[in-house]
Amino acid sequence: MSSEQENRRNPGAQSFVTELGIHGRAAAAGSAPTVEQQLMQAVERFGPKRLAKRRKIADKMLRANGATHNVFDSPEQPRAWQFDPIPLVISAEEWAPVEAGLKQRALLLNLVLADIYGQRKLFSQGLLPPDLVYAHKGFLWPCSDHIVDQKQPLSVYSANLARGRDGRFWVLKDRTSPSFGSGYALENRLVMSHSFSGLFKDFQVHRLAMYFHSLHKNLTRLARHNQADPRIVLLTPGPHHEAYFEHAYLASYLGYPLVQGADLVVRDDCVWLKSVGGLRQVDVILRRVDDALCDPLELRGDSLEGIPGLLEAIRSGNVATANPLGSSAIENPGLMAFLPGLSRAMLGEELLLPSIATWWCGQPRECEFVLQNLARLAIKSIHPMAEDGSLCPSQMDAEQLKILRAKIIERPHLYVGQEVDSFATVPSFLSDRIEPCYSVLTTYVTAEDDSYVVMPGGLTRISPVASELPLSQQEACCSKDTWVLTAEPDKQVNLWKKALPEQKIIPQLGSLPSRSAENLFWSARYAERTEAGARLMRSILIKLRELNEFRDADDQLSLKYLLQSLTKVTASYPGFVGDQAEKKLLDPRGELLSLASDANREGSLQASLRSFGRATYAIRDLLPGDAWLVVDSMQQNWNPKLAVSQIGTGKLLDSIDQLILQLSAFSGLTHENMSRELAWNLLNVGRRLERGLNLIELLRVTLVPRHTGTLAEQIMELVLGTSNSLIVFRRRYRSFMQLSNILELLLMDEDYPRSLAYQLRLLQVHISALARERGNDQPAKDKELIGEMLTSLHAANSTQLAQLSNVEGNYPLLQKLLDTQHECLEKLSGILMQLYFSPAQVQHQVGGVVQERAS
Amino acid sequence: MNFRITHITDYQYSDAVDLSWNKACLLPRDTKRQRCLSSQLKIVPEPVEVRERRDCFGNRKHYFSQQKPHPELVVTAISEVAVGPAPNLAQLRNEPWETIRARLAALKDADVLEALPFLHESSLVQGLSSLADYARPSFAAGRPLTQVAGDLMQRIYKDFKYDPGATNIATPVAEIMSNRHGVCQDFAHLGVGCLRSLGLAARYVSGYIETLPPPGKERLVGADASHAWFSVYCGEDGWIDFDPTNNQIASEQHVTLAWGRDFSDVSPLRGVALGGGTHQVKVSVDVARIPAASV
Repeated sequence: MSSEQENRRNPGAQSFVTELGIHGRAAAAGSAPTVEQQLMQAVERFGPKRLAKRRKIADKMLRANGATHNVFDSPEQPRAWQFDPIPLVISAEEWAPVEAGLKQRALLLNLVLADIYGQRKLFSQGLLPPDLVYAHKGFLWPCSDHIVDQKQPLSVYSANLARGRDGRFWVLKDRTSPSFGSGYALENRLVMSHSFSGLFKDFQVHRLAMYFHSLHKNLTRLARHNQADPRIVLLTPGPHHEAYFEHAYLASYLGYPLVQGADLVVRDDCVWLKSVGGLRQVDVILRRVDDALCDPLELRGDSLEGIPGLLEAIRSGNVATANPLGSSAIENPGLMAFLPGLSRAMLGEELLLPSIATWWCGQPRECEFVLQNLARLAIKSIHPMAEDGSLCPSQMDAEQLKILRAKIIERPHLYVGQEVDSFATVPSFLSDRIEPCYSVLTTYVTAEDDSYVVMPGGLTRISPVASELPLSQQEACCSKDTWVLTAEPDKQVNLWKKALPEQKIIPQLGSLPSRSAENLFWSARYAERTEAGARLMRSILIKLRELNEFRDADDQLSLKYLLQSLTKVTASYPGFVGDQAEKKLLDPRGELLSLASDANREGSLQASLRSFGRATYAIRDLLPGDAWLVVDSMQQNWNPKLAVSQIGTGKLLDSIDQLILQLSAFSGLTHENMSRELAWNLLNVGRRLERGLNLIELLRVTLVPRHTGTLAEQIMELVLGTSNSLIVFRRRYRSFMQLSNILELLLMDEDYPRSLAYQLRLLQVHISALARERGNDQPAKDKELIGEMLTSLHAANSTQLAQLSNVEGNYPLLQKLLDTQHECLEKLSGILMQLYFSPAQVQHQVGGVVQERAS
Repeated sequence: MNFRITHITDYQYSDAVDLSWNKACLLPRDTKRQRCLSSQLKIVPEPVEVRERRDCFGNRKHYFSQQKPHPELVVTAISEVAVGPAPNLAQLRNEPWETIRARLAALKDADVLEALPFLHESSLVQGLSSLADYARPSFAAGRPLTQVAGDLMQRIYKDFKYDPGATNIATPVAEIMSNRHGVCQDFAHLGVGCLRSLGLAARYVSGYIETLPPPGKERLVGADASHAWFSVYCGEDGWIDFDPTNNQIASEQHVTLAWGRDFSDVSPLRGVALGGGTHQVKVSVDVARIPAASV
């Protein structure tokens, strides 16, 4: 071999269950298992039409539950979770050896994990080559202490399986943090039982809930303190992550707060959740963040997803994570070649579940074999999340092969060759007929009482082409439910806990994470901002139409005021007020089109709507059941693909009408269904604040300048129309259109939901409620400020406000009042953010990156 | 020889830092040639607790957290050490490098197990294959490893220009290789990478070197600096330290703080701070000879 480094003799014998080719020959066309035949009979009774119809229902349900990756970050192609209604069925007899095999494998990997971070006997005994472990990026040196401290470090485990043509299951991959988590399996089961309940009649299918019960028990056991009722959180990289849906889903199912790194802070060697009510101690973290990203102090310094000081808190025994940091050392395909030997040596048993035949190139004999059979193998890096994933030499040209060969020869211990196996297909219904597809089954295992519990089922992902099986999250995905059959029906299990005899259960009201609080606040603000923009846009479009018909000078002028309001309310400068405003005022269509549909323009309806969606997506679990459905359909419907010439036509107007209706549906749903608790208060603080600001902005542009004659009346009418107040005004003041009346209604009336006074009064109510959450010992700047604002508004008199200044040609008192109120609202917003959201501060590295160079 | 080392790191922030978490690797470990006689870490503002742990390579690491807003962080490490003379190569076994490499592969001895972590690429020492080309001329067949490493040290000393402005902490070894300049840390990484590229175990050593004033001039207090070099596993001869910046085998004037796979394992002071705006750092190091009797 050419690399001198690798001439060293490596210990540990690799073993493989199959040799190339043999397995393919064993693939006789054998008869399908009977359960599968039964299933197909049942499916055929459904018929393709009914199947397609039910699948549509399932897809809709998945969409409604938010099972879509990257909904807002790749707006062009939201990738829905495609659902195949034909489940994978596994008979009880077939499942028993899989279950036993997975338990054994978890036990074995647990021992390996403890050894490689601890005594490292496997190296000196020649059972495992150290190169395989030390060169692997998942092996994290700073994690030794706490892995050694744990009796059973491997807490959860996951294996990807595929069925060979001989009917046996083979392990393709061992995972300590699966990219497709157990929440997906749960979601698929739920969708399946709703849309294809008929199918379940004929089969006795294992329930999944028991597994989650065990998972919860396992996580509870990890808590060093507070065993009776530990605080467990689910740590996610955040909504930008492809699997955020699963994180949110699982968190909500298990009843754990869903948190990101910045929501947690280490103080006094404990981990705390920043919540609206203050800091709450966290006992256990179920994490979906990669090991190396979890602590920027001791692991990867550039990580913004982690919690600085976490490792030290873990070492101090005040918090535990599942899996422990460092466990990704097990996610090493090279290990598979050594598992049979390790199993014999460490457990005294043969390995029950075979792995896909794997040759680790770190030993000369195997490297030679891989190089000689390159075209018939798949080549993988040993690292977890390797960038090049799996390479298929059979599809490479000569040049690419040469490069790959050189890479392997240069650093052989970083590669494995794996058999490109011939797996059995399963029936699937992806298009309009049943066809064979290849499948991967992700299974889930959790620790329990020195052993492991296996979820009876899992997530099955399928692909028509074997080589295109979606092994990573980044790839589009089709999935199906997995049925493990049982002779006895399962008992109904739920996750409700029983309190100890003396235990008083304290409701966890204040523990709303600050980030959720922030998202609630912004969700409401964006909803309101979208509505304000939409209403203004509607008034403008109507006015534009009138102008085209009558060419009236007053229309022209009032349109100008509306357009300028739009720029200010949406803060989309320069727009109709800055440079080149004249040109845009003459032909506003281009600018209007941009403000309706340009997703990349801050302040456009599209952008506000997307921000609204993003914030709401992150707090779906706090909203009433159908609220997300409304938000999602809003996102889907609002797609005004218009040409500039169509701006004057009714098409955009119709879309806006619908948007306003949907926004009303959202606010109605929240209003009628939310308990008047923290989440409600936060949502309303956002709504009232934003509505107040938008109203002030509209009034400042339209009513502060002096208008004469019929223009004055027209503008007043437009203001009332835009703020949805024309009917109320007419009823109250009949046809007396004058400024003081308008101000009385839109500024002073505390009982009118569109007035400024109403927004302030409600702000005061909600702010007081929030302050109770915080406790009384803190300064109440927010309460003071809102009190002052109300006082100043009460002191104003609508007749005086409507006093014209001849010098300036406007209404100076009105202007002053509006300016002050606007300023105060902005200030209030800042104070609230400081108090409740503890905005993520800029985190920066010192030492490691910038300075302290040895010279 | 005995030294008193005073290493002061002073961070000044433009805005107060609200919270920070820090890990210091500033107090010397014992080695075969070195004994730490006394050591202390002073931190201002004073943290609630400073906790010492040994890391996975046996280095002394101190963790502390600042939990109140602070505009400044000053960490002062004062230690006294006794350092023994450099090994006399002539008295060693001086086995050929191939023999040492075979010994590393055989996994028979406890000291080999300890050397294994230092065989592979690490975060700051990557791209070993390109380093092998540079390293190979030093690796004549049958040449004792001590000579190989000495030759490598001399070549780095000759081929690379000492230039503090040319690199920073994150400069990859490959870039240093192509630009041919850097500082002691870069040269240490280079040496480590070259040795690893040919299958030997090499580690990065963080420490200090005593600098002597030019003849007739007085010694300037605090004008010293952190220093770094590389160390290679030589089988029964143990680990031998080579200083490519000064082209000498580590002597009585080299004080060892810690060792790791590369700088990132033994960064003298590493931290994460919340808030703080921009920051300025001042580092002063003083290595003062003290009479053996005074300790």
